Amino acid sequence: MIESFALADLGQVLDAFWRGSLGTSSAFFSGTLVRAIPLALVGIGLSIAFRAGVFNIGGEGQLLLGATAATFVGLYASALGPIAVVAALVAAGIAGAAWATVAAYLRDRFGVFEVVSTIMLNFIAVNLVSYLVRGPLQEPTRVYPQTEIIPFGARLPHLWPGTRLHAGAIIAIVAAVASWWFLSRTAAGFRIRAAGASPTVSRTTGRVRVDRVTFGAFVASGALAGLAGGIEVSGVTYALYENLSPGYGFSAIAVAILARLRPLAVLLAALLFATLETGALGMQRDAGVPSVVALALEAAIILAVVGVSGGFRDAPWRTWRASGATVAR
Amino acid sequence: MSEVAPLLEAAVRTATPLLIAAAGETVAERAGVINIGLEGCIIAGAYAAFAVGAVTTAAGYAAAIAAGLGVGVLLAVFSVALRRDQIIVGTALTMLALGVTGTLFRMGGATALVVATQPATRLPGLSEIPLIGAAFFAQPAITYVAFGLVPAVWWFLQRTHSGLSLRAVGDAPIAARAAGVRVSAVQASAVLFGSGLGGLAGGALVLAQAGTFAEGMSAGRGFLAIAIVALGRWRPAGVAIASLVFGAAMALQFVVQALGWRVRYELALMIPYVLTLTALGALGKGVAPATLGRTVIDQ
Repeated sequence: MIESFALADLGQVLDAFWRGSLGTSSAFFSGTLVRAIPLALVGIGLSIAFRAGVFNIGGEGQLLLGATAATFVGLYASALGPIAVVAALVAAGIAGAAWATVAAYLRDRFGVFEVVSTIMLNFIAVNLVSYLVRGPLQEPTRVYPQTEIIPFGARLPHLWPGTRLHAGAIIAIVAAVASWWFLSRTAAGFRIRAAGASPTVSRTTGRVRVDRVTFGAFVASGALAGLAGGIEVSGVTYALYENLSPGYGFSAIAVAILARLRPLAVLLAALLFATLETGALGMQRDAGVPSVVALALEAAIILAVVGVSGGFRDAPWRTWRASGATVAR
Repeated sequence: MSEVAPLLEAAVRTATPLLIAAAGETVAERAGVINIGLEGCIIAGAYAAFAVGAVTTAAGYAAAIAAGLGVGVLLAVFSVALRRDQIIVGTALTMLALGVTGTLFRMGGATALVVATQPATRLPGLSEIPLIGAAFFAQPAITYVAFGLVPAVWWFLQRTHSGLSLRAVGDAPIAARAAGVRVSAVQASAVLFGSGLGGLAGGALVLAQAGTFAEGMSAGRGFLAIAIVALGRWRPAGVAIASLVFGAAMALQFVVQALGWRVRYELALMIPYVLTLTALGALGKGVAPATLGRTVIDQ
């Protein structure tokens, strides 16, 4: 197999990448742009959390909880008619926020390191979805491990007829602009940045309640991840099933890092990573290159950014409390 | 009672790779470095053991350690030498190892290659003890290595000069430096030790349990090992107990199935994670190395 990837095949591989990601309008609008939406939303949330010095790597679990909540509301609140989709997305944001709150509370109250707790919560969320789609929420024929299809009222409209690009794209752009404005132009945003950059100084000024600020940033990042999950259900899948997310919560970490935690830059980074991923799927389809190679490429990009940029070595990272470690208050 | 002995046996077997990885991670974290790339070390070790394990089992384990070290070198370069954020670098390394091993596995044709698994080594006499004999004394050789690591790591950390220096680096790096300890060298060594054992854990997964490789077969064990180190309060004995508890919690799912209890399989799978969260909350604030995860220690 490996010998067959001679230089002559490289053109074929690159061509497959191009056609899979950007080369055709259907690949771009129905594939790449659609995939960039959850990456962007989770990435924006993570940028806020990381800025506050909270290492939330539970985006995947929060997204799955959001997807679950949106499906639930979509299936059982169809009486709401056209506003069902709004209710579904609000529920998704609340569910993601609630899932993050578990970790935020454990960190705040018991000093449990959020990297560990959010990873545990990811595992629990994955198993919870498995349980629901094989148990109480399974579709009525009980054949497939998925829920029923949500009604039209709970779906996001498509932006362009004939493509799969849905209104979630607008939500992502609005979220990016709002987060940029919030972080860089408001007092609350400044408090988040200050709490992350130096909690000691922030505390000493007496004007920043560091614990409350970091808690809020943690929960907000969960809400955005949950919203991403809800949008994925109401805009793309129309049902809940296992492997609904191909690791959006993890790729979004890389997206946030590549964007250097700036919400507007997150949009571009999400587009780049979505291109990589849909391109890799194209390579797998047409040139026999495993799509998982995208994961290695994303990792290489993070290492390059982190290695070259000279950032990511001190604030706003250095201040988290390790599990059980006490920090002078 | 007839279920207890198989449960114990499954618990010890499940705990083995977790304990190996967690013992290494304990050393790295006591030096102040958290290795989120441990998951990557494990999958790299598993793939290497799979690729080489058909030659001899020993060669498989050697390759597994080497693969873990390969990941560890990157962590040492980025997070110790260049002082980049440990969690970002570790996350990237896990993604890198999952991506590279997955690609290699599929490009290699994904043949149904199976490597021989280590047979159980029954310790004469001890393995006849009722209830616990089969669980602790009739296991593959790697399990004895895993439990041998516990006193070895304790001895190193608590009873040797190097161990004292290492703990000093994690708790008070500036003081350690003033006392003439080469902080970065100690941290790099600790990272390499931990990632080498992470690789070995992956090797154990393939050579003592699965007998084959599957994409992503590490299945979160690296992250579990990190949780186990925190549960074990950064002490080797505590880590060993936490590994066994975790192993038992994971083995419970087999028992639940075997007994035909009316508990959903997916819910049983959640038990270890819920247990960990609850236990971490209950244990509360404690004894983490003071500068764990800090990248810049000069100020």
